Amino acid sequence: MKHRRKLWGALILLAGLHGVVLFAGFFAPYSSSAQDRELPFAPPTRAHFFDIRGKFHAHPFVYGLKDDPKNFGAYETDFAQVYPLQFFVQGSRYRIAGMFYSRLHLFGVGSPGRIFVMGSDGYGRDQFTRFLYGGQISLAAGLIAAAFSVVLGIIIGALAGFYGGWIDDVLMRGGDLFMALPWLYLLFAVRAALPLHIAEWQVFLLLVAVIGLIGWVRPARLIRGVVLSAKERNFVVAARAFGASDAYLLRRHILPQTYGIVLTQMTLLIPQYILAEVTLTFLGLGVGEPMPSWGSLLSSLQQYYVLSSYWWMFVPALLLIPVFLAYYLAADALQERLKTVPL
Amino acid sequence: MLKIRLPKLSAFALVGTIVSSLFVVSTASAQVADRMVTDTPAGHAGGRIAVALRSDPKTLNPALAEDATSRDIIYCMNADLIHINRETQRTESALAKSWSVSHDGRTYTLRLRRGLRFSDGKPFNADDVIFTFQVYLDEKIHSPQRDLLIVGGKPISVQKIDDYTVRFQLAQPYAAAERLFDGMPILPKHLLENAYKNGTFAKSWSISMAPREFAGLGPFRLKEYVPGQRIVLERNPYYWKMDTAGYQLPYLNEIVFLFVPSEDAQVIRFQAGDTDILSSFSAQNFAVLAHKQETAGYHLYDLGPGLEYNFLFFNLNDLSSKNLPQIARKQVWFQDVRFRQAVSAAIDRGGIVGLVYSGRAAPLWSQVTPGNKLWVDSALPHPARSLDRARGLLKSAGFSWKGDGTLIDEHASPVEFSILTSSSNTERTKMATIIQNDLSQLGMQVHVVSLDFSAMVDRLLNSFDYEAAIMGVASGDADPTSEMNVWVSSGGTHLWHLNEVKPATPWEAELDRLMNQQLITLNYERRKRLYDQVQEVVAQELPVICLASPDILVGAKDSIGNFHPAILDPYALWNVEELYVR
Repeated sequence: MKHRRKLWGALILLAGLHGVVLFAGFFAPYSSSAQDRELPFAPPTRAHFFDIRGKFHAHPFVYGLKDDPKNFGAYETDFAQVYPLQFFVQGSRYRIAGMFYSRLHLFGVGSPGRIFVMGSDGYGRDQFTRFLYGGQISLAAGLIAAAFSVVLGIIIGALAGFYGGWIDDVLMRGGDLFMALPWLYLLFAVRAALPLHIAEWQVFLLLVAVIGLIGWVRPARLIRGVVLSAKERNFVVAARAFGASDAYLLRRHILPQTYGIVLTQMTLLIPQYILAEVTLTFLGLGVGEPMPSWGSLLSSLQQYYVLSSYWWMFVPALLLIPVFLAYYLAADALQERLKTVPL
Repeated sequence: MLKIRLPKLSAFALVGTIVSSLFVVSTASAQVADRMVTDTPAGHAGGRIAVALRSDPKTLNPALAEDATSRDIIYCMNADLIHINRETQRTESALAKSWSVSHDGRTYTLRLRRGLRFSDGKPFNADDVIFTFQVYLDEKIHSPQRDLLIVGGKPISVQKIDDYTVRFQLAQPYAAAERLFDGMPILPKHLLENAYKNGTFAKSWSISMAPREFAGLGPFRLKEYVPGQRIVLERNPYYWKMDTAGYQLPYLNEIVFLFVPSEDAQVIRFQAGDTDILSSFSAQNFAVLAHKQETAGYHLYDLGPGLEYNFLFFNLNDLSSKNLPQIARKQVWFQDVRFRQAVSAAIDRGGIVGLVYSGRAAPLWSQVTPGNKLWVDSALPHPARSLDRARGLLKSAGFSWKGDGTLIDEHASPVEFSILTSSSNTERTKMATIIQNDLSQLGMQVHVVSLDFSAMVDRLLNSFDYEAAIMGVASGDADPTSEMNVWVSSGGTHLWHLNEVKPATPWEAELDRLMNQQLITLNYERRKRLYDQVQEVVAQELPVICLASPDILVGAKDSIGNFHPAILDPYALWNVEELYVR
């Protein structure tokens, strides 16, 4: 029962996370590309219940910022500007799931006040907003690419395992070759050769295709192994003796044995692929500005001054840890379940 | 005689050494060297300083060096005939003690200092000068200096009058002629003549050769080179400058150049005290270093805007020979000056200065930066950002807006284009992102594409497969002549429209006329008027939309004396012979 609780816990965590990211427009106070050029690298805004005179306010509020005259590029709190925190406010227009338009945001403060939950970046854009919107790209890239890899892995692995012989040799050696290619450099070359006119969604698809394509070898090998042992099992041999076709055998008897592996592989691959997207974007191969992704949020950390002066720019990196943990937890729970309950 | 005001050419190395224009001739005897006495406040002899460079030098041969690292080192090891004082931006005597110009402005007679010695102790005379210019002018050597020595389509001719007098003949009067000598380090004939005659000059003075094979007239000479780590220069005991107290310069015993590949790493090494001088770094790193300035024992200098100007430009190339219908279609917009003016009016230059350079930059409306005090056209208007004016211009050019705010042209196609930047240049990528946001307020959809630098250059110079791009140009000198390449329609850096056989537009013909006229006008005031007109045409026609010019930022330990950084390259080390350790 323990593993079941673990599985549910992980799934609820993941569902919550994906829900927030899917409805980023509602949970985020601003638009992901809105720049406040007066406030680059503003620190996270604190919500207060007590004002500077120590008076309690039942309604939380935030203070405004003003330039620190002693310290160029830094800010100090302007206690004269008070903006109460508001919930369910009207703000910039956004789309939910690419379909419905809305202006409703979970929280916000009155203009010209700003609430930067996770600080602002070098353009004065809200990091929290960008983290949520960035998740849409990164999580979708991870999910779609993992599905792509696994489907490719099933097809190739099943063919190789089931037919064996030269087909097996060609496919598996091909896989080795694939793993040995210097992908990163190939990607740089491919990006340079591509036309400039690629829309963001094309870049996204390309990213997904590339990540998915590179990763099919491992699941294919695992599935080949399972198919190899499954096709020798008595009931499969019996079915074959009764004249079952290859397609029938694969579909009815052999592939169902691989589902457990497929599922665990998926949950293991997704966080890896999210990380792959982060890495590729970090290196400048991902979706371009102003569209955020988790990789582009981290790429500013390449610079020493960001690293040394603006600690809140690390927060997106820290937030990735629980995301990955949730996936690994789910993978772990799935694996335990496989051991006790054979599919 | 035009002596002081004249400007200089060269987008590359400015090599040489410096001193103010005061000099005293030693008359005691012919044996005593004709040393130059500078007005340098006396410092302490001895000590060493460490400076970081981006990479190993490719060569130490002045006639072959093209990369910044090689040039920085060569600068410390060599001297030129006439030098540009980086502080005053004017020419002054160096190896040539004095010079005169003929009335037609075509003949320069230079009198050399007597009794000077190369750093290996061998004497210097007119033969070395003749040999040097023979090398620079030789087509087979491909020296970067050669182009500068072609005036009016003909190479400058050099003639020896006697052992200490040299005459230079120009095919036509040339306003920047004096400044030309800065960046032409004098080579020792006795060391290089054999290699030149044997045809092995291209291999001579490569970085791997033994220190004793090198000799120059600069304040330092090579002591040691450790590949990938450092190059050490030691004091040249034969150097020809003295301070006011009669001490023979330089003060320092050694300069150590450490190879530190990235700016961030250089900042960290400087912060840790490993290096004494930090030359040109970003405003953000300036802020990082400024935090600890009081306690850390170093001082930071913001010298104001340098000569670098960053600009956005559209692809106006002739694409008839290329198969690029998409871009050719958009060129109809780009070619309309009202479109370019609208883009310029919509750009928030203040935002660029604030966000990209943390305020340590100057917004620009033409190519000459406020740092170039002799040549900037201060009457040029600086229109503030105005979306209304931009919309008006677009409307008059036949553009209109759809219900959702998208800008469309006469054929109802949405205005959408990409801006190319180099991925290694975070500043320009940041500018593109800001412009993207600015232009979205006009309903234009802009994509920022950052490519590897070489891939970008290939598109700009060869394939023309781009729509707009952001680039920067940093001239080596303040003189307009160094900008010929950019503004003359046949120039190699005429980026928006390369390989023009004849000027494609009336205003490009006008730019050609003005630039060629200033080249041969010898009077500064008249030249200034011509170059003001160039700036006006650029600001009006916007072949490039100038954005901002970053400040030159320099840092040095408090212990370095006589430190006077300047906005001309090399910013911090231009007076290296005067630097000392307190």
